[in-house]
Amino acid sequence: MEQEEIKLMKGNEAIAHAAIRAGIDGYFGYPITPQSEVLETLEELMPWETTGMVVLQAESEVAAINMVYGGAATGKAVMTSSSSPGVSLKQEGISYIAAAELPALIVNVMRGGPGLGTIQPSQADYFQATKGGGHGDYRLIVLSPATVQEMADFVGLGMDLSFKYRVPSMILADGVVGQMMEKVVLPPVRPRRTEAEIAEQCPWAATGKNGRSHRNVVTSLEMEPDKMEKNNERLQERYREIEANEVRYQEYFTEDAEYLIVAFGSVARICLKAIEDARAEGLKIGLIRPITLWPFPTEEIARLGKQVKGILTVELNAGQMIEDVRLAVGNELPVHHFGRMGGIVPNPNEVIDALKKHFKI
Amino acid sequence: MKEEIVIAGFGGQGVLSMGKILAYAGLMNDLEVTWMPAYGPEQRGGTANVTVILSDAPISSPVLDKYDTAVILNQQSLDKFESKVKPGGTLIYDPYGIHHAPTRTDIKVVAVDAMDAALKMNNTKTYNMILLGALLKQRPIVPTEAVIKGLRKTLPERHHHLIPLNEEAIKAGMALC
Repeated sequence: MEQEEIKLMKGNEAIAHAAIRAGIDGYFGYPITPQSEVLETLEELMPWETTGMVVLQAESEVAAINMVYGGAATGKAVMTSSSSPGVSLKQEGISYIAAAELPALIVNVMRGGPGLGTIQPSQADYFQATKGGGHGDYRLIVLSPATVQEMADFVGLGMDLSFKYRVPSMILADGVVGQMMEKVVLPPVRPRRTEAEIAEQCPWAATGKNGRSHRNVVTSLEMEPDKMEKNNERLQERYREIEANEVRYQEYFTEDAEYLIVAFGSVARICLKAIEDARAEGLKIGLIRPITLWPFPTEEIARLGKQVKGILTVELNAGQMIEDVRLAVGNELPVHHFGRMGGIVPNPNEVIDALKKHFKI
Repeated sequence: MKEEIVIAGFGGQGVLSMGKILAYAGLMNDLEVTWMPAYGPEQRGGTANVTVILSDAPISSPVLDKYDTAVILNQQSLDKFESKVKPGGTLIYDPYGIHHAPTRTDIKVVAVDAMDAALKMNNTKTYNMILLGALLKQRPIVPTEAVIKGLRKTLPERHHHLIPLNEEAIKAGMALC
């Protein structure tokens, strides 16, 4: 019954609890506001004494992501977390992990940028997370939590998807879901995999010969362009498979909607409140919340685009996801953006005002 | 039932922990709860505020611009939040350090001399619990027992001997208004 217990905690704390319960083998991180509670909670919970999970505060973000690279190469379920400036530092390592076709989970609790910016919530790393971030043609599976419950649930989901496709996953959270407290039911406990299970499930892992004639070599380097193109094609094929199978989203009030809001993360909740208030005034507005930012719910937004008179994207940035929304609906209907930047979070009233202004309703 | 509350003051006054205890009390009372802090990098000084929503239905936005109840601990916060209390709502404030008192007449304004009361208790750390008592007197959204249970959850066990003192402070706050 202990597993069913309802707890009250911050999103960052929920990630730490969920990591231990999901049977993660290792966490490597470096503190930065507004996500430091992930590392702090793991240190408090001392999982190395219970599940044997390694928790290590590295000397820098760069070191942490390369520890993740090393751990992942041996088939272990490993993760790191940081916030915007720290995630920028990790990009080289993330590109290598993607190229080496390794599973790993990266958490970014975004803060206001660019640069060191502020410590308040932001969603300005959308481009970085969904379009590559580091160098080369690669993708991450990007999950966008809107509740503390999803912060907890997406740890196991992100890791599972990452192992399934051997593509790194990212939980792209904003400072609101990282810092806010609400109710959460922690996910069920899954034991860490044994060495034998890892050897069986990860035949690609660098775990020694294991009865084979050779040792696996994990690398992102390939000197032959012909072979490197093949590697790229293999990755692209897998990305198409992910796009076909793993799109996740949630719709609210769309059945009779005349206007559509597209928003992700905590902003989707602010928009939902705005829509509840607007509907009380008789304005028929719907909301679609992409849960996977990559793969993006392109088809679903295109379908809704045929039904509504206009779309407003609401983001904590200058307009990033709006590009994917425009790609989905083309020039068929007006698509506008409303956003706040630098750590400012809009309130529901501002969202309604923006909608009324843009669509003259 | 839905109560949208903002608690605002300086960092170090116990704004966030007061909100946290209220949130835990909501949890103990089977309510849906969100606790959303907003603060700067400073541990003390600077402004801090927290939005706490208690509801018997799922909560959409944890961020608001209108509140049923505001608990205000300094002038900057009063200037910022007085206009954001819904008509018919409640504004509780401590006149200590306030130069321009609230002027609205369409809300219930309650002055609570919490700093004086804390000084009388010889323990300024009871300040936020005195205000929490005042809040619960004006807006009995959760029973005091739930708050005490909430305190048990938020305080580490080594501080549980302070729970009676906190209870006393809550009662003192209730007696002030």
